[in-house]
Amino acid sequence: MQERTHIVRSKNGLSPLVWLSLALLVTWLVLPLVPLAVWSVSRSWFFPDIAPSAYSLRAWEYVLSPTSEVLPALGTTLIIALGVTILSILIGLPAGRALGLYRFRGKALIELLILAPTIVPGIAVALGLHVVFLKAGLAGTMSGVLIVHLIPTLPYMVLVMAGVFANYNPDAEAQARSLGANRLQAFRYVTLPAILPGLLIGSLFAFLVSWSQYILTLLIGGGRVVTLPLLLFNFASAGRNDITGAIGMIYILPGMILLVFAARYMSGRNQAYTATGQI
Amino acid sequence: MNERWKISLMLAPAVLIIAGLFLGGLLLGIMGSLGYMPFIGRHDWSFDAYREIVTSERFYHSFLLTFHIAFTSTIIASVIAMGAALVLRKSFFGRRVIQFLFHLNLTVPHLVGAIGILYLFSQSGFFARLAHEFHLIARPADFPALVYDPFAIGIILQYVWKEVPFIGLILLANMQSLSHDYEAVARSLGASRWQSFRHVLLPLLSPGLLAAAMIVFAFTFGAYEIPALLGQNYPAALPVLAYQAFTDTDLNARPAALAMAMVIAIMSALMIFAYARLTRRYVRA
Repeated sequence: MQERTHIVRSKNGLSPLVWLSLALLVTWLVLPLVPLAVWSVSRSWFFPDIAPSAYSLRAWEYVLSPTSEVLPALGTTLIIALGVTILSILIGLPAGRALGLYRFRGKALIELLILAPTIVPGIAVALGLHVVFLKAGLAGTMSGVLIVHLIPTLPYMVLVMAGVFANYNPDAEAQARSLGANRLQAFRYVTLPAILPGLLIGSLFAFLVSWSQYILTLLIGGGRVVTLPLLLFNFASAGRNDITGAIGMIYILPGMILLVFAARYMSGRNQAYTATGQI
Repeated sequence: MNERWKISLMLAPAVLIIAGLFLGGLLLGIMGSLGYMPFIGRHDWSFDAYREIVTSERFYHSFLLTFHIAFTSTIIASVIAMGAALVLRKSFFGRRVIQFLFHLNLTVPHLVGAIGILYLFSQSGFFARLAHEFHLIARPADFPALVYDPFAIGIILQYVWKEVPFIGLILLANMQSLSHDYEAVARSLGASRWQSFRHVLLPLLSPGLLAAAMIVFAFTFGAYEIPALLGQNYPAALPVLAYQAFTDTDLNARPAALAMAMVIAIMSALMIFAYARLTRRYVRA
C-alpha cells in the first residue's frame, strides 16, 4: 500500500499554479469561521483595526451565564434534534428495510414521494401547513416544531436505510431464528451489528439537519420556541458581534464532534451524503 | 399475500407521515393560493393571488434576483468543485487536510457561514480594514458594497463557500468509482488532456454532477435565512418576500404569500423533472 501511493504521487506531481489554487482554497474554506472566533473574545474591535484592541471573555460569560437565554435555547435545540432523530430511526428503519430488500408494485412512486421532501424547500410546504398546526394547538410548541422537523429528516433516514439494506443479506436472520433466537434477539445480535455503521451516520446527519433548521422553526414555533439558530440570527442582525461569535462557536460544536466520529464512514457515494445539502 | 402485508406495514408509518406533512402542506398551499382557506373563513376559489403577483413589479424583481442567486451560485460552485475534485483525486501531500476541511465545512450550518461572510465582506469588515491598511480606502463607505448589494454578491459567496465541498465530494466519489482506463485509452489515441476531460470524463460524471447541481439550485432558490441576513430590503429574495407577506397583519396578503411558496415548489419540481430527463438521456447515449 505504502509503495503504491508513492508511485502514484511521483506520477502526479502538481504544478506551482495548482499548489497556489489549493492554498487559496484552504484559506477560503477556513476564513469565514475566523472572525466569529475572534469576535467571541474581543472587547473592542473598531474600524480600521485589523485585530481587536482589547480582549475579554465578556461574551462567553454572558452566553454561559444561567440568566441569559442561550443555555435554554441550547437545551431546546438539543431536545428537538434528539427527539426528531429517535423518531426518524423508529419510523425510518422499517421503511428503509422494505425499500432496500423488496421489489413491489408502486415502489418507484414511493421512492419519489420520499425523495421529494429532500429537494423541495421547507418554506414551500410549511406556509400551507401553518394553519393546521395552529388549529391543532401545535403552533408555538416544541412538539409542533419537532413534528415539522420530520419533513426534512425522516425522508433522509429512509433513503439512508434503504441504501444500507440494499447491501444486506437477510438470510443470517433466518438462520438465527432457526437456531432458536426470537425476533428481538435476531435483531439485536444479527441485524443491528450489520446495519450499525449506516444507522449511525444516518442518525448523525438527521440530528444535524434538525439542528440547522431555521425557517421551519421560525414559522411553526412562531418565535415562542427559541432555538440556537434563531438566537444567532437575532444577535447577528442586532450587531452584537461578540455574543454572535460565542453562540456561533457553540452552534458549530456538535457538527465538529460528530465529524470526528463519522469521518471514516463519510463518502460522497453514501446515500446519507445528499442530505448534507440541507444543513 | 403475507409478504405484501409485511411490506405495507413496514412502509405505512413513514409514507403516512411524509404524505401527510409534505403532500398535505403542498395541497393546503395550493388551495390557499387559490383563495380557499376555510380555517380563516375564505371559501371563494380564484386566481386573484397569481394575477396579483405576476402583475407586481416587486414579485418580478424578487423572482429575477432569486433566479440569479440560485443560477450563479450553482454554476460557480460546480466549476470550482470540478477543479478541486480533479486535483483531489490525485495523491499528494496535504490531500487529507483538504478533504477534512471539506467534511468540516459540510457540518457548519449555512447561517454561520452567512455571518462569517458578513464579518469578512461588509463595509467595516475584515477586507475593508485590509483595504484601509493598504491605503486603498479612507472610510468604510469607500469599500464596494458586497453585502446588502443589488447583485447579491455576499449571498452568492456564502453559497459557493458551502456548496463547493458538497458538490466536490460527490464528484470525487464518482471519480473514484470510475476506472482510469477510459481516460488512458483516450489519451493513448491522441486526445489532449482537455479532450479526454471534455469527451470522456465529463460525460461519465454528468449524472452525479447534475444531481448535485439540482439539489444546490433547489436549495439556494428556497432558502430563507441567508438572503434575510445578507440581502437588500428591495428587491428581497423570493422566500423572504413570501415570509413577509405571510406574516403581514393583513390576512388578505396570505393567498399571495402561498402563491409565492408554490412558485418556489414549482421551481424545485422542475429541477427534479429536468434531472430525471437529463440522466435518462445520458444513460442512453
